[in-house]
Amino acid sequence: MFSAVALIAVGAKSGAHHRKFRESPNPTKKESSVGGVTIIPPHYRNRPAPVSPKSFTVRLAAAITFALVMPCGELDCLAAQASISPLPQRLSETGLFVEGSTTEIRPGLLAFSPQYPLWSDGAIKRRWIYLPPGSFIDASQPNAWEFPRGTRLWKEFSLGRRVETRFIERLSDGSWRFAAYEWNEAGSEAVLASSEVGASVQLSHTPERRYAIPSESDCRACHEGAAVPVLGFSALQLSPDRDLLAPHAEPRVAGQADLRALVAQGWLRNLPQKILENPPRIAAASPAERAALGYMHGNCGHCHGKPGDSGASVPVGVLLAQDVTDPESADKVLRTLIGASSRFRLSSADDAKQIVAPGESHMSMLPLRMRSRDTRVQMPPLGTQISDTEALALIERWIDHDLQPARNSQP
Amino acid sequence: MKPFHLKVSLLTGLALIGAAAVYAANPSAAPAPGAEPASATDKVARGKYLVTIAGCNDCHTPLKMGPNGPEPDMSRMLSGHPESLKMPPAPKLPEGPWLMTAAATNTAWAGPWGVSFTANLTPDKETGLGQWTLRNFKDTIRSGRHHGRGRLILPPMPIPMYKHMMDEDLEAVFSYLQSIPALSNRVPEPLPPPVSSQ
Repeated sequence: MFSAVALIAVGAKSGAHHRKFRESPNPTKKESSVGGVTIIPPHYRNRPAPVSPKSFTVRLAAAITFALVMPCGELDCLAAQASISPLPQRLSETGLFVEGSTTEIRPGLLAFSPQYPLWSDGAIKRRWIYLPPGSFIDASQPNAWEFPRGTRLWKEFSLGRRVETRFIERLSDGSWRFAAYEWNEAGSEAVLASSEVGASVQLSHTPERRYAIPSESDCRACHEGAAVPVLGFSALQLSPDRDLLAPHAEPRVAGQADLRALVAQGWLRNLPQKILENPPRIAAASPAERAALGYMHGNCGHCHGKPGDSGASVPVGVLLAQDVTDPESADKVLRTLIGASSRFRLSSADDAKQIVAPGESHMSMLPLRMRSRDTRVQMPPLGTQISDTEALALIERWIDHDLQPARNSQP
Repeated sequence: MKPFHLKVSLLTGLALIGAAAVYAANPSAAPAPGAEPASATDKVARGKYLVTIAGCNDCHTPLKMGPNGPEPDMSRMLSGHPESLKMPPAPKLPEGPWLMTAAATNTAWAGPWGVSFTANLTPDKETGLGQWTLRNFKDTIRSGRHHGRGRLILPPMPIPMYKHMMDEDLEAVFSYLQSIPALSNRVPEPLPPPVSSQ
């Protein structure tokens, strides 16, 4: 009997969910642009999702019955059970494109570009985010934005052609799911890749290696290390005070988001005013140090964060994530690097023992592990097969020329 | 005894036996309503039981030679491959079904993946699990990655089996590991396989 009641509730809500997504946003509405950001008209964004009276009655009755008989005792439980449908088999069914197209991005999605992008073996990337109508991102905690349920993000990877598009979605129970869609050679469609075993693709653009598509476990290994699994859409990454020395930084183009535009258009609320007035900028001693710390934030900070933020940061005493609320953030990061003893040791006798040895990049573990692609040694540990020479040059320049031995914190 | 009372007594007895059998088969089952929740001591005891029967000591506690052959050196319980034991290069095996070699301590293993050394599971802050969170531990066993996010954990660690452990069992194991004596022992990093086999 309980199962039957549960099924009624699931069926009623599930149908409503699918309708809701198909109906939004309205592609016939005109878009406008403020601050170079493509926006959804406010009168549309603030409109509640359409719900027919009949479906509402059915859902309400089912919800009450379900809440009475199910042990969770919360209506969230109903939502959790109801609107979690299997991942679509095709990327074109995830809501990224206008219907019938695999190239034209659906109106209402917002393109964005983090100022410190993740190195992915030179892949060219494009990114988009979707929020359900009437919803917003709560920035009360400036380092851990709260994304509304129903948030979706896509990241497209190209190496000569489109290879894969990664997809993140926040579900109605508050959890996140991760998937990758692999493009066919013709570029006409991308299909859901295996969640269990990462696929590999031979590309004519990079004949010397096979391109690796991550498994779901791989996705979670990086994304779930941080307090919030959305890594490139944050206060520092979208600061209008962009770092011109950031390796592989993509120039901001019209239509892409930054903090001010997000707030102006209602995508982002409760961001502290002082952050809006003084956009996040890493307080470094030199431009090279700023870019180096920014690179580490974007490429390493999701695993090397504050231990208390998620409980999932790697317990090695290295902090590489910046805190936009803390003026001392850069110094705190530097203290875990400069002169700090590395727990990781190579077997050779003359190996580097400090994470960063001022003035001596060749004796510093940080660039050594960035350069290595031995899977036991390399950093980051997954997601790349070739080292990032541009970033390595920056890090070594910073260590050799910007850091003096006097800054060594060890006696 | 009247027949009715005899039936009741028999049924009650059977019910008690049945309940005892169910409990014996599943001692970790949820307590009955109103029962006290499992204490931290219970959790540590459960963890000790799991660590013991799951064979963690087999590889993470070094073996020493005893009067009847190799036996676990419990003075170094669960502290992993001894830092002081520098291993020479692993012997090269001929082609054939023999694939792996192990140190006499059972804490270093060589195979096609290179050489792996068993980890220090004691709560030492610098060389063991002293700074780990429960989340770190669960992520490690579930993902098969070092710290839950880093390199893949190497053979012979039976991640393909252990990753199926229930959350409460992983919590119990972690509670126990955090309760044992901390031993400072910096285990070497794994070594790559010989160039010829890479």
